[in-house]
Amino acid sequence: MDETELLAALQAMLRIRLFEDRVRREFGKGDMPGFVHTYVGAEAVAVGVCAHLTDADLITSTHRGHGHCLAKGVPIAPIIAELYGRETGLCKGRGGSMHVADFSKGMLGANAIVGGGISLAVGGALAAQTLGDGRVAVSFFGDGASNEGIFHESLNLAAIWRLPAIFVCENNGWAESTPSSYAISVERIADRADAYGIPGVTVDAADVEAVWAAAGEAIARARRGDGPTLLEARIHRLGGHYVGDPEAYRSREERRLARAHDPIDAARQRLADSGVDVASNITDVENEVVAELDAAFAAAREAPWPDPEEVERDVLAG
Amino acid sequence: MSSPVESPSNLREKSFLEAVRDTLAHAMRADPTVVVLGEDIAGGAGQGPPLEGAMGGTFGATKGLLEEFGPRRVRDTPISEAGFVGAAVGAAMSGLRPVVDVMWASFTPYCFDQLVNQAAKMRYMSGGQATIPMVLRMAAGAGLRAAAQHSDTFYPLFTHIPGLKVVVPATPAEAEGLLLAAIEDDNPVVFIEHMALYRERGLVPAEPTSMPLGHIGVVRSGNDATVACVGQALTASLEAATELAAAGIDVEVLSVRTLSPLDLDGISASVLRTGRLVVVEESPPRCSVAADIAASVTERAFTALRHPPLRVNAAASPVPFSPVLEDAWLPTAARVASAVRTALAGA
Repeated sequence: MDETELLAALQAMLRIRLFEDRVRREFGKGDMPGFVHTYVGAEAVAVGVCAHLTDADLITSTHRGHGHCLAKGVPIAPIIAELYGRETGLCKGRGGSMHVADFSKGMLGANAIVGGGISLAVGGALAAQTLGDGRVAVSFFGDGASNEGIFHESLNLAAIWRLPAIFVCENNGWAESTPSSYAISVERIADRADAYGIPGVTVDAADVEAVWAAAGEAIARARRGDGPTLLEARIHRLGGHYVGDPEAYRSREERRLARAHDPIDAARQRLADSGVDVASNITDVENEVVAELDAAFAAAREAPWPDPEEVERDVLAG
Repeated sequence: MSSPVESPSNLREKSFLEAVRDTLAHAMRADPTVVVLGEDIAGGAGQGPPLEGAMGGTFGATKGLLEEFGPRRVRDTPISEAGFVGAAVGAAMSGLRPVVDVMWASFTPYCFDQLVNQAAKMRYMSGGQATIPMVLRMAAGAGLRAAAQHSDTFYPLFTHIPGLKVVVPATPAEAEGLLLAAIEDDNPVVFIEHMALYRERGLVPAEPTSMPLGHIGVVRSGNDATVACVGQALTASLEAATELAAAGIDVEVLSVRTLSPLDLDGISASVLRTGRLVVVEESPPRCSVAADIAASVTERAFTALRHPPLRVNAAASPVPFSPVLEDAWLPTAARVASAVRTALAGA
């Protein structure tokens, strides 16, 4: 990753961080329905992976899907409108935070069933292989999902058919309140790749360059027709499971240590060490994102609600 | 002069199973994005001919497809119902039109998340962005001494889910026309094939012709009572109708054939004429399709009813193994005839 690429990655990560910090603040005002899970601390994963993808490539995501949307190029305003359940939302208010999707960007949806997106990505890869159109499909999922049967079935299917699929496990060490150390039989989730005869790679999600390099290799391999890879990105969870989670199950010490592994701080430091004037390169971007967010929140709060008469719209096609 | 479709030269006699097979081949020839996948649909996967493809499905419904269309479009899967049904959903969202063979309806609980939370909800949750043109075929039904875990129909389970279409053919002609319509449909369609029908023979159009979903079939016209039946319950219902005809009772028999969308207009129109409704369905009675149809028709045609609608369902138990118990579990012609007589006695 050269400095230009790293700077672009830092800007992309900041876009997600500013978005999520703002969502967290606005959620506290009480007019955002439901509940939200943010991508804070995981930014390097979506950014490092999606840097290698085009709009035609497919991704599936999790209940923590805002970051995947932004990294895949989904504009801010319709995501915000979706969080407020408005007709102008990305999914016309039918999905909400846990189901944000933008098929025009190859973003096949956040998925609120743990592991729910994994087999869908296998299907995307199956379509790509059958049609021979060169697409790849990436599934983002958490450490908890690696304990679901569908994870294992999906890896096996992708392996036997050598599908152009990349399985990206965002291991933040916690399945809600249950630590990976308790719930997962192996030290490294990437080791589960051995059971399916595919490469398994573990990277530190605080290091966007490491994610970018490993994802680049996995995606190139998939495009070559050499089959899937399991990529485990170890995230230091900076926040709670959901916005407002008091994290009663987590020690103060662990939370403090996690904060020392912020991928954005790390990228800044690395650029500064290379002599790049980081502040002057990101201030404009930050201001632009903030202005975009200001406009998006204002517009979302004023946007029309869906028409209750249309509650049964879009159940079926045709 | 007979219409073209009734002309014997345009009709062919074939079995229900042959109708399914011919339709799959027809659809795959017509559209290169149609693929089939499932367990043992070719058989002997990876070994090459003559072993590979020799089996052609547990019942032979996919025989010959591998030979004609190759392994990319005819994929044997491992025994991973959740995995390959989920993959089919994702593939349908990404440009293919998968027809998935999940072998038995009783196996579908393994892939219920993929069907219920993914296939059925994705279009709605995405605000109409997702299009999921896939068919989930399954063999179903009791009477073959296959016991509890190979005999379910699960008609009401699938029908309950908004976002799924549910199709239950009762004849070879319905199997062919409705399967083609299901494959051409842009929605996830659950296509339930009763095993007892596979060898049934009947006349079908020489060239597979799509039969629109959402319409009943009037299998036998009559004026005294309406018997609306689901899938293979048609066999018992027609037998009952014949028996009743000998006693001077003129029964109208409808094949409901698509449970979603349901042709409530068609059923109600018949009941408005006959004033009596018996619904016959091979699944346990609580929250059944029969219960739903009885309630819906009552709301629509209450004043025309001359007797409360009656339901003939299977017993409220898992499907038993012992032949005497299984026969007692099934809706039978005798029970259908008895229900019709009860409805008429209440006049």
